[in-house]
Formats: sequence, structure tokens, C-alpha cells
Amino acid sequence: MGASQTRTEHKYQDLADKTGFSLEQIENLHKRFQQLSNNEETINREHLDSIPSLANNPIRKQIIEAFFDKRNQHQDEVGSCEEIGFEQFLMVMSHFRPPSLKTTEEEKEAMRKEKLRFLFNMHDTDNDGTITLVEYRKVVEELLSKSGDIGQEAAKAIADAAMLEVASTNVPHMDPDDFYEGITFEHFEQILKGLEMETRMYIRFLDVETPTLRCGKSTS
Amino acid sequence: MPSRTGSHSPAGTGKSLPERGLLLLMVLVLLEGSVLPLGAASSPDISHQKNVDNHKVEHEKNYTKKAFPVLDLDYHHIQTPFEISLWVLLASVMKLGFHMIPRLPGIVPESCLLITVGLLVGGLIKLAGEKVPPVLDSQLFFLCLLPPIILDAGYFLPIRPFMENLGTILMFAVVGTLWNAFFIGGLLYAVCQIQPANPSELHQLEILPCLLFGSIISAVDPVAVLAVFEEIHINELLHILVFGESLLNDAVTVVLYHLFEEYSAAGTVTVLDGFLGIISFLVVSLGGILVGAIYGILTAFTSRFTSHTRVIEPLFVFVYSYMAYLSAEMFHLSGIMALIACGAVMRPYVEANISHKSHTTIKYFLKMWSSVSETLIFIFLGVATVDGPHHWNWTFVTVTVILCLVSRVIGVVGLTCVINKFRIVKLTTKDQFIVAYGGMRGAIAFSLGFLLKKEQFPMREMFLTAIITVIFFTVFVQGMTIKPLVELLAVKKKQEAKRSINEEIHTQFLDHLLTGIEDICGHYGHHHWKDKLNRFNKKYVKKCLIAGERSKEPQLIAFYHKMEMKQAIDLVESGGGVNLPSAVPSTVSMQNIQPKKPPPAKPVEKALPKMTKGREEEIRQILRSNLQKTRQRLRSYNRHTLVADPYEDGFSELLIKKQKMIELEKKIQHMNNYLTVPAAPPDSPTMCRARLASGRGTDFKPAQQQRGNKISPDPQAYSSKPAADRVPTIQVDLASPQSPDSVNLMDEFRRADQQEEDQGLMMKPPSGQSGPNRPREEDRGREQQKMTRCLSDPGPSADEEEEDEPFLP
Repeated sequence: MGASQTRTEHKYQDLADKTGFSLEQIENLHKRFQQLSNNEETINREHLDSIPSLANNPIRKQIIEAFFDKRNQHQDEVGSCEEIGFEQFLMVMSHFRPPSLKTTEEEKEAMRKEKLRFLFNMHDTDNDGTITLVEYRKVVEELLSKSGDIGQEAAKAIADAAMLEVASTNVPHMDPDDFYEGITFEHFEQILKGLEMETRMYIRFLDVETPTLRCGKSTS
Repeated sequence: MPSRTGSHSPAGTGKSLPERGLLLLMVLVLLEGSVLPLGAASSPDISHQKNVDNHKVEHEKNYTKKAFPVLDLDYHHIQTPFEISLWVLLASVMKLGFHMIPRLPGIVPESCLLITVGLLVGGLIKLAGEKVPPVLDSQLFFLCLLPPIILDAGYFLPIRPFMENLGTILMFAVVGTLWNAFFIGGLLYAVCQIQPANPSELHQLEILPCLLFGSIISAVDPVAVLAVFEEIHINELLHILVFGESLLNDAVTVVLYHLFEEYSAAGTVTVLDGFLGIISFLVVSLGGILVGAIYGILTAFTSRFTSHTRVIEPLFVFVYSYMAYLSAEMFHLSGIMALIACGAVMRPYVEANISHKSHTTIKYFLKMWSSVSETLIFIFLGVATVDGPHHWNWTFVTVTVILCLVSRVIGVVGLTCVINKFRIVKLTTKDQFIVAYGGMRGAIAFSLGFLLKKEQFPMREMFLTAIITVIFFTVFVQGMTIKPLVELLAVKKKQEAKRSINEEIHTQFLDHLLTGIEDICGHYGHHHWKDKLNRFNKKYVKKCLIAGERSKEPQLIAFYHKMEMKQAIDLVESGGGVNLPSAVPSTVSMQNIQPKKPPPAKPVEKALPKMTKGREEEIRQILRSNLQKTRQRLRSYNRHTLVADPYEDGFSELLIKKQKMIELEKKIQHMNNYLTVPAAPPDSPTMCRARLASGRGTDFKPAQQQRGNKISPDPQAYSSKPAADRVPTIQVDLASPQSPDSVNLMDEFRRADQQEEDQGLMMKPPSGQSGPNRPREEDRGREQQKMTRCLSDPGPSADEEEEDEPFLP
């Protein structure tokens, strides 16, 4: 037993180095992972889909899809997979780590890029390097999908206005016959400069086990 | 000014101060409803009183038979309102004057100059040998001058950063203020005791008065902070930290003040008293918030029903908030917290309910009042300095100033050490410095000191002198040096406040994303609860408090409309909107441009004819105006800006209904077209002609082709090209260069559609499996239509525009 204990620790250490999580956090996430996957090695879309508190999230589909997106695994693969193991799960989660006290400016910059890339990938569903108007509209539509017809009506207009804004801020001098192809990553960075992603796109991962705080997964 | 004081008559001085304050209050309240300038407001009073006078005079005349007084002078009757007006006028003129002097506002903060003016005025009054009016009387200050400033701050409080940093703010406001009070009070007492060489009156000072003094002097003052921080344009985080602290420490100050005042009479404090003090703090702060929230909800609820009497809408905001303040003060709760809570609670709902004009009115009134109040406060501070009976004690004053600085620095640094353990965005040393340095003291401290009774506190004069010195020190020394220091330290400045629609989209997206990730992680964090609260708000509260369909409007859409409206207003104001209602020529050129408008995504580069910059700009302008116009018309916002005022409300309803009808009709028509004529070759010339004739041809044309493609992909696609060529050619004047574009456009659409299809299958397997094929296709078709319609949006909208014209007033 002792041997296997150290082996898991060792395994976690590997993961900790890779993802930047602490061992406790990994432990906690692993428990959650097993809870979600019904103690199996991998997790698939249905598992995530059945999380009850996620049901009301308007962008649920995108969130789940992001977990199965190979681009978020720090490898140079594209496409999506059917199921992911714990390591991939952690990899996706690692995009939501908060910056720590010790992070330097360069690290912060890298972190920001990484987080923005994650967001960008969520929007750029076909992985062609640009968020086209169609893709953007889809995003806004999903965002407003919980608000019924008004939402759907307005989504298009909003996406158009947003696209117009991106085009006009990034390519201020465009001939009327020029066409703005879509938001590239550079432009994406540009428009979200004001949001300070590195300090906002994070959640607090639990360091210590707090079973009372955990929300159970429904058995259905 | 001397002339004013020269007329100080016995009748005027006989009036007690509370009365005077009440009168000013009444004048202000009266003013609230009317848009009268301050000077004019008092004139009805005067004329009324004069009338009464004349009556009297006529009466007497009956038996004295004196000559009819053609001109009568009776200053007494108007004295109080007249003097108030004069003060306000002086304040406004001074404010005006500073910005006329070149370069001066850049060096010296306004607050310093105003205090200087106050000193000068006070000096003049004194030179004239008059008794200086006790202008900064506590009653006047707390009931009239302070509320507008706080309401302004509360109503425009940036909620999001405030809530995000609430922990830090509370820490500074509660623990920091407590620390300051006890540190200053305690050490001051110690210093007073260890002064053997000079057995002065300081030895008589007991510990409780010292602590009372400490609690008065320790609170950071919102008025002073606002005055200085408005000018240095510091970044949002620091601003909200210092400003939030200054607002929330009110409860601590109130409790400490009452506690020490109470017990300095008794002389002892027991543990029980301390415990009661803590309870009292909770009651005062939470009670204040509760009172404010109740009034806020009342305001929101009332504003639900004001759609027929728009004129008095702003009044409700002011009166309810003022009542919240007074109600809180009545129970010795924290009035400042009540006002903040009231303003913050009511704002989202009130803004959704009231008209745009009322919103502007509220905004301007709040800004006007708060800036006049602020100016008056600083001037009065100067006057009161000249006036006050001073008792200068070198030791006491210098020790106070030094202790204030030291305790502030220690407090901030110590607290940040603790706070930084919990914060994600740590406070750097620079931030700490600014927070510590920005701890201005101001008129609240002075007024509290003024409230002390001479009998109970023999050292009142000395306290007041010390308080004034500290205020002057913070306002002059710190206020004047903070700006260069901020620049020297290269503290991050405030960014352009204008939020872009993209940022809004992504803020929302991020919120949902983080909530989702938290849910997947399986523990409930901030985002989860925020989401819960939002949902509750949307589901229940908004329904109760917001009238009409705006209650269902998601935040993003609301934001979009607001932005649109702002742009539209800008446009109108810039003169572009003069010909908006009858822009028939512009709609034509619109149609020319629209198909080749950049934003719709077209990933294919093409060769293009060169256009001059000027022409391009012109086109852009026209385009934007038209986009604006149509969108605006389609939504329910025309009532605010473009439509003539008197018919505002009635017509807006009518227009909305009409728009809805048109939209619906169009949709149905599209659907019909789409469902009934699928087999017809989309490029048959007659069809084309017919559609083009209808003016909406371009809209569903590509959709038609799309559909054709879907049924039998390849041959149709190629055969449809010539038709696509023709579409713009017929419609558009500058046709020739464009035709390749449109072809590409079509291709692109097809491609996009195919991609979408793939993704669709990938992303939503359930719908693909469950739904029958036909509806899905229909859905997609509709989406396509939407898309294509968007690409050539203004076509039909322009039509609508024309159709609507007769209905416009």
C-alpha cells in the first residue's frame, strides 16, 4: 500500500509540475474527477452534461466543448476528442489558475496570452485562426440563449455591432471594398486589453478538503 | 460681500440656526422639481412677500394718507433666501473662475483654492467688523450640504469594482478606522501626560476625550477624497479603495463618536459598553443599509408607474433618497450608508424605467448639486477657520498631525499585509503609498468637532483648531503633492472609461464561463453565488420593479441599446442627424455600399477600386448613421432622442407595435417564400426581377440559393452565379467593380454554412438525433436568412424607414 501511495504522489508531482497546481488541489480535483466519471479513467461529454448546476448556464455547450478541445492541451494537435483523462482535465483547468504573488511580469504576460488563447479557441470553433462573423454571432446567440426570442433577435445585431467595432478599431483605414475577415488573435488581444484577463479569469481552487462545500452530482 | 454683511440686521440674527438650515432645505427641496436656476427660485418668495407688504401698506395708507410709495425697500423679508443665494452664487462663480485662469487648475487642486477663497471672504467679513455667520453649522452641513455629495457618489458608484474589492474596503474602513482612532487617541493621551516641563492644560485631558478626538480625526472624508481623486485620474482599483473606505467608515465614526461622547460624561467604560458598542456598530451600519435598500426599492417601484408623468420622475429619486438619509439619521443610523445603499439599489431598476431625458436630468442635477455643495463646503471651511475661536497649542497640534500621518501609514501597511494573503490582485507598495497618502480629512470631522458641547469638553476650541490644522494639512500639502507623486511613481492611471460592446460581451462570457468551471470543479465560489443572485434578480425582482418588457431584457441587450443610443445622440448632436428623418438619398447610397461593407466576414481578399479618403469617410458616416437609425427604430428607443418630444410616449408605443408587425410580416414572408418555392430555380430571371422589384431581393436571394445548394449541391451552385452577379448590378449604381465580391460572398456563405453544419453535428448531437430532419433544416435556413439579411441589412430597413415616414411627427 505504501508503495502505491508514493507512486500516486509521484504521479501527482508530475502533474503539479506540468499544470502548476499544488498537490492538494490536484487531490481535490482528482476526487471531483472520479465523482464526475463514476470512478472511471476517462470522462466524456455526457458526464459533464449531467452536472445539475451547469444546466442553467447559457454557454454550457462551449464550456464542455472546451474540455474536449485538443488545442487546450498544450500540444500542437487540433480537433476534439471523445473523452479525456484526468491529465487532460487538469490541463484545461490549469487555464483558470490565479496569478500568484511571485509571478513576474513576463510570466503574467504569458499567462494572459494563454488565457486569452483559451477564450479565443472557444470562439474560433473551426480553428482557422480567425473568429468570423458567423462564429461570433454564434457566441452571442449562445450567451443570450436563455432569454428567449428577444435575445435571439438582438444577438445578431449585437454581434454585428461588435464586429464592426473590432474592424473599426483594428483596421481604422479600410477602403469600403475591403473586407474584414474576422478577428485574429492579435485583434482579439487588442480588444480585450482593457479587461485585464490575467487578473480576472481565474477561480479559487480549493487547497483543503471541504466536503460540505462540494455539490454532489446528481445520479440521473 | 461686505455689502451683504453690512445689512445684517437684528431680525436676521434673531433667527436661530436650525431654522435657517430648514429654510435652505426647503428652498432646495422646492428646487428639486423645477428646473429654475437658483437665483430665480427665490424670486417667487420675494414677490409674494412684497405683495403682502404692499397690501399692508395700502391698508395703512387708508388713514395716514401718505404718498404712495413708488419704491419700497424691505430687505428683511428676503434676507435669508437672498443670503443663501448669494453664497451659492459666490461658490458657483468661484468654481467658474478657477477654470478661466490658465494653468492654475493644473497645479493647485480646486479644494485648496476654495478654502483660500473662504479664508479671504471670512477675513473681509471680519474686517468689516461684522459677526461672521457660523456657516459650517453641523445642522446645515449634515442635512443640506452632505447628502447631495453622498447621493451622487452612491448613485454613480461603480458597483462591480466595489463589490469585487468589498473585503479590502471593509477592512480599511472598519479595522483601519478603529486602529486610527485608538492609536491616535491613545498616543495623544500619552503625549499629553509626559510633558513635565510645561504643566499646561494638556494634563487635564483625560483618556476619553482623547479617544473621542481620535475617532473624529481618524475618518477619511469622502468629500475631500472625491475632490482630490477626481483630479488625479487614478486607476479604478485605487480610487474605489480609498473612496469606498471613506464612505463605509461612516458607521464606525458614528458609533465611536456617540460611544465616547456618551461615556466621557460618565468617565468610565466597561467591557459591557465595548460589547454594546460592537452591537451598535452592526445595528448602525446594517440598519443604515437596510433603510437605504428599502427606500431604494420603493423608488424603483414608484418609477415603474411614472411613464405618464415623465416630468416628475427625477424628483422621486431625489426625494426618496433624501428621505432615506433623514430616516437613517432619525435613528442615529449611518445616513451615509443609507444613501449609498439607496442609490446603488435603485439605479439599475430606475434606469430601466425612466425615460432617457429623465436619466439625463437626474445625472445633471446630481452633479450640479454635489459640485455646488462641495464648493460651498470648502468655502465654508475657510470662513469657519477665520471665524472660529481658536486655541492654538503647539504640542497638541503638531503631535496630532504627526500621529495622523504615522497611524495612517502603519494602518495601511499592516492591513495590506493581511489583505494581500487573500487577494488575487495584490496591492503593491505603490498602491499602499497612494492609499495611505490619499487619506484626506475633511469637513465631516470639522462638523463633528463643531457638535461638541463646550460645557462637556472644555478643550473644544483646541480640538477644533487641531482638526482644522489636520484638514488643511491633508488638503493643502497632500492634495497638492499627490498629483506630482502619482506621476512620479508612474501609478497606473484610469483608462478610457468608455466600454466597448466587445468588452461587455466578453465580460458576460467570462462570468458564465467561470461559473461553469466552478460548477465543474464542484465547489461553490464567488461566481456561483453571483450567478445565483443574478438569476434571482432576473426572475423575481426585475419583474416587480421594472415596467413592461424591459424587465426581461438581458443585460447585454440593455447595454447594447444604451450604447446605440449614445452613438445616435452623438450623431444627432454632431449635426449628422439633421437630415436623419428624411434621408432618402442616403438610403440609396446605403444600398450601394452595404453589400461590400467590411464587417460582415468575408475571408477573401479582392482587388478593389481606389476611393478617395474623403469619399470613404462620407460613406462611412452615412452608413453608420443609417445603421444607427434603423436599429434604433427597430428597438423601443426612438422615444428618447430622435422623435419630437411632446408625442414621445404615445408615439413610441405605436412605433414599436408597428415595427413588430413589420418584422413579423417580413419573417412570415421569408418563411413562406422559403417553404413554398424551394423547387423554383432561384436564378430564373423573372423571379429575380420580381424580388428585386420588391426591394428586398437581395435579402433572401442568397438564402434561396443556399437552399438550392443544399438540395443538390454542385450544379445549382454554379448556375446561381450569374444571378448573384446580377443582383447587385441591378440594384447598385457603382455596380461593376462589385460583382466579383458578391460571388465570393455567396461562395463564402456556402462554405460557412457547410462548416456550420459540421459543427452543428458535432456540438449538439441530441438535437441532431432527436429532431426530424425538416425542422432542423428549416432552422438552419432561417439562420442563413438572418445572416444574409444582416449582410444586406439596411435594404429592408431603409424600406421600412420610408414606410414609416408618414407616421413620424
